[in-house]
Amino acid sequence: MPNPDLSILIIDENHLRASIIEDGLREAGHGRVAVMHDVNDVARTITNMSPDVIVIDLENPKRDTLEHFFSLSRAVQRPIVMFVDRSDGTMIDKAVAAGVSAYVVDGLKKERIKPILDVAISRFHAFATLTRELAQARSELEDRKIIDQAKAILIKTRGLSEADAYTLLRSTAMNQNRRMVDIAQSLVTAADLLGP
Amino acid sequence: MSTTHLTAGFLPLLDSVLLVLAREKGFAEAEGLDLTLVRETSWANIRDRAALGHFDVAQMLAPMPLAASLNLTPLATEMIAPVVCGLGNNAITVSTELWTAMADHGAPQDLAAGPSGAALARVVASSQRKLRFGVVHQTSSHNYELRYWLAASGIRPDRDIEIVVLPPSLLPDALGGGGLDGYCVGEPWNSIGVASKGAHMVTTKAAIWQSSPDKVIGMRASWAEQNPELVASIIRASYRTGQWCADPANLVETAQIMAGAAYLDASPEIVARALSGQFDIGAGEIQHVPDFFIAHASAANFPWKSHALWYYSQMVRWGEVAYRASDAAIAAACFRPDLYRAALAPLGANVPILDSKTDGTHATTYEIAGTAGPLVMGADRFFDGQSFDPAALERYITDQTPN
Repeated sequence: MPNPDLSILIIDENHLRASIIEDGLREAGHGRVAVMHDVNDVARTITNMSPDVIVIDLENPKRDTLEHFFSLSRAVQRPIVMFVDRSDGTMIDKAVAAGVSAYVVDGLKKERIKPILDVAISRFHAFATLTRELAQARSELEDRKIIDQAKAILIKTRGLSEADAYTLLRSTAMNQNRRMVDIAQSLVTAADLLGP
Repeated sequence: MSTTHLTAGFLPLLDSVLLVLAREKGFAEAEGLDLTLVRETSWANIRDRAALGHFDVAQMLAPMPLAASLNLTPLATEMIAPVVCGLGNNAITVSTELWTAMADHGAPQDLAAGPSGAALARVVASSQRKLRFGVVHQTSSHNYELRYWLAASGIRPDRDIEIVVLPPSLLPDALGGGGLDGYCVGEPWNSIGVASKGAHMVTTKAAIWQSSPDKVIGMRASWAEQNPELVASIIRASYRTGQWCADPANLVETAQIMAGAAYLDASPEIVARALSGQFDIGAGEIQHVPDFFIAHASAANFPWKSHALWYYSQMVRWGEVAYRASDAAIAAACFRPDLYRAALAPLGANVPILDSKTDGTHATTYEIAGTAGPLVMGADRFFDGQSFDPAALERYITDQTPN
């Protein structure tokens, strides 16, 4: 079990992503994981749990606030941004590219942090993929609806069968080098304008 | 001409105008630069992504390259600033409640820094609780000019007043929600506070220190060394953009472009206030501040080494670094007037021939020597009458309070 004794704080305004990271860390054997969504309470939370590692999403506009709090903190173990010695530049690069940053208590060994950051990075990527796939599925569903509407118009106005309506839309799209959904959208808009 | 792709980071503030217009008005393209702009959410992200090379260049707070080069920030990397993004652009804005109290204690409506500070000092002396002001970053011009104004008004920052850090876009809401009593920030965030939260502007950066720098275009020193032609192109594109932006005939278009959803995402009317200097400072009171933001005049884009040293003096003043002559040299070396001058030589532009100047010694406009004749400079007074001579840096630092 890796680093079971390290306590980890996740700060992410996105609740879903925060819980995906939390699950990942727990699956990797980390028992002391806390999540917060708003930096405003950070002073109290940090005082109470004194985390060894803080994971924060880069979209969070309050990173400056968090760092200022660290600089004022009188705690001996002051968190610093990732690996200040830059000896692991690729790690930092991978993290920032994934959209995540981490603050680590000064003096903590790099090899103890790396597995934690690895989990955070892979979970950030997983969340991004999930979001992208969801958006794609939504847009495909929208496209399908528009094409169905266009087919219905062709069936009604030109007396075509459903299969012929589909073929007509597809061949028009191919001839004009446009997407089928764009042709369908034009047809639906035109039908709306011409009215019943 | 071949085109080079360049990525620049910025925050939604009016003085990103040089980068935005360089792209939108084709000044970057004319220099062979295909400029991609990335709007960021925090100065910490700008710092990290510039250090990691995700951004080739970025709009930065003037003290940021100093802090990075002095190893004060995470991912510390040597940074340089060959261009300044204009002079001024900040103001100090307070809540309705604090303004009422300040007005009761004699605060003026004309944004004068001295009388405003004196009124705030009287409020602080009689206040039951410690007032809280927001700034955008620790190593920021905002932090240093707010502290300068407070200290010179007899208010000791940290002891008499609390200073916290919040990103620009969150300041108006924090003020409206009662979390802050005031803040120091660049436009349009003062005007947005006035328009949406009943806030009141009490003074401006131009009133605290006339013709003073705020943001720079910063980049890694190693990248600049490897890409001298790109750096020169960025300087020329910025210079031409500044010239275009400074023409009053282009004010409306500038405001419209900057107001766009990808940039400041605010109303063009609000954005235009800082460009015209015509402000609603609160409750419909209109004030004209002609030198509020100087995009190009007064050698506004020239990176004076003395300005870098002034910021260094304030980092020492507030305990962020101990004074060392070698560190002062590192700070001064971050601003690169040599690169600026060399890049503009082919244009025949008139550029200061010296790298440093005194500040606080001119109450009215004056002339300095330029590479193509005399250059007219704006007044440069500090509101408390102090002057800054970079040749006497150590004494200036010793004489500061607290020390």
